[in-house]
Amino acid sequence: MMLIDYLSAVLLIAGAVFFLAGTVGLLRFSDVYMRLHALTKADNVGLGLMTAGLVMQAESWAVAGKLLLIWLLVLLAGAGVAHLIASGALKRGIRVWKR
Amino acid sequence: MQTLYLALAVFLLLNLGAGMWRVLRGPSAADRMLAAQLFGTTAVAVLVLLGQAMESTALLDVALLFALLAAVTAVAFVRRAWPETNNDVD
Amino acid sequence: MEALTLLGWMFDGLLGLGLLWVAWRALTSPDLFRAIVLFIAFGLLMALAWVRLEAPDVALAEAAIGAGLTGALLLAAFAKLSSITASGDEKQADSARIYSHQLYWIAAVALLVAAGLGYVILSLPPYAAGLSVEVAANLQTSGVSHPVTAVLLNFRGYDTLLEMVVLLVALLGVWSLGGPAIGRGSAPGPVLDMMARVLVPLLIMVAAYLLWVGAHAPGGAFQAGAVLGAAGVLLLLADWRPRAGLMGWPLRLMLVAGPAAFVVMAALLYMVEGRLLAFPPAQAGMLILMLETAATVSIGVTLAALFLGGRPQSDKEHT
Repeated sequence: MMLIDYLSAVLLIAGAVFFLAGTVGLLRFSDVYMRLHALTKADNVGLGLMTAGLVMQAESWAVAGKLLLIWLLVLLAGAGVAHLIASGALKRGIRVWKR
Repeated sequence: MQTLYLALAVFLLLNLGAGMWRVLRGPSAADRMLAAQLFGTTAVAVLVLLGQAMESTALLDVALLFALLAAVTAVAFVRRAWPETNNDVD
Repeated sequence: MEALTLLGWMFDGLLGLGLLWVAWRALTSPDLFRAIVLFIAFGLLMALAWVRLEAPDVALAEAAIGAGLTGALLLAAFAKLSSITASGDEKQADSARIYSHQLYWIAAVALLVAAGLGYVILSLPPYAAGLSVEVAANLQTSGVSHPVTAVLLNFRGYDTLLEMVVLLVALLGVWSLGGPAIGRGSAPGPVLDMMARVLVPLLIMVAAYLLWVGAHAPGGAFQAGAVLGAAGVLLLLADWRPRAGLMGWPLRLMLVAGPAAFVVMAALLYMVEGRLLAFPPAQAGMLILMLETAATVSIGVTLAALFLGGRPQSDKEHT
């Protein structure tokens, strides 16, 4: 099914673009809080689009289910860890960057 | 499709390498740990792609482990290894 | 396809160079915390390398133990180290400094070892078939259908027995050093609480899954035990401590369950079959699963206890 292949390819490339955005944000943003934003974009959208692209190519429901589970875990863990790091940074007095 | 999987895997690996700069540079401990988290997620994506390219479902298990253990390592950092002082702030 | 092999080479090349570079930066980093984070990144890349070498079992173990648990252990050790140096204990820092004349000796010994290893490796025969043929030939009698598990638990079960004892001895070493167990931190906020409540049962289920799937696919007792250990570490970090009554004999029982099961099985099989750990082919699968379950529990509890650091309080003084 060539159409599914094209659709998967588009989703995968879009996901990779978001990973690039996450890395660029990690390198270019000016304080911890902003970098956390970049990180979670790669987690949620980047991995999500890639998972969507691969689910369509999966050979069985088990594989598709595992892919979704991985993405949901990364979402949950990423959100929790982002909160913990941000609140920890606030407590330790890391200042928010102002222009 | 195989070429696309491998090409994207190479691209993600390059992303990982670029992120190393933040580990080396990141003024605070949180920045370094942040970068490690991004490495974890990028590695999950690489493993999922390779799992499709090398046709091995075991790699999905490895990706699952990565996702879980990156969370545990990050919690270990926040609860244990983060110094309370302000010495590591820019 | 040309492009496919080229991309494969690019990936492997980048990975190899990345491994070397991260290892170098981790070893030469003046900042200890940075070195720890680089070590975690190294573990990640190493797991990817194992995947490319088509060894998913080792990749699972590397991801769980090398990148995850060892990272958490190093972070906990870093925390203890910071508290030591912060309290002004300068003597310990001074005694670790290496003087330049010692560096020459160290370099000489390292060069000798490298030369010896290089000579041995270069004198190995270029094409060695290895034992995969024999393993594949005997796989039906081993009770499992995954060759790695067959080797670990059946053909070379004796080695696994010794490895379990080594892990136990490591824990005994940590307990003998007499340091305190990591204390309770500040109360965990709702987010950490929620994360622990969701992730710990999930980790336990993943451990059970890896234990089960090890019979026919990459997985097995060590990987499952490492995931169980991670669950224990997460519980400890979320400030959960088991009731004082559980810290005495029940804890010791769980720690020795793995090695003890191996020893008991070896003794029984010796009496029945005349050789140590010679599984009868009909019951081999079930026996291996029993051994692996005991091993998983032991490994998980041992790793969590290693993270705890000190001997857990079993009396009433610790609430």
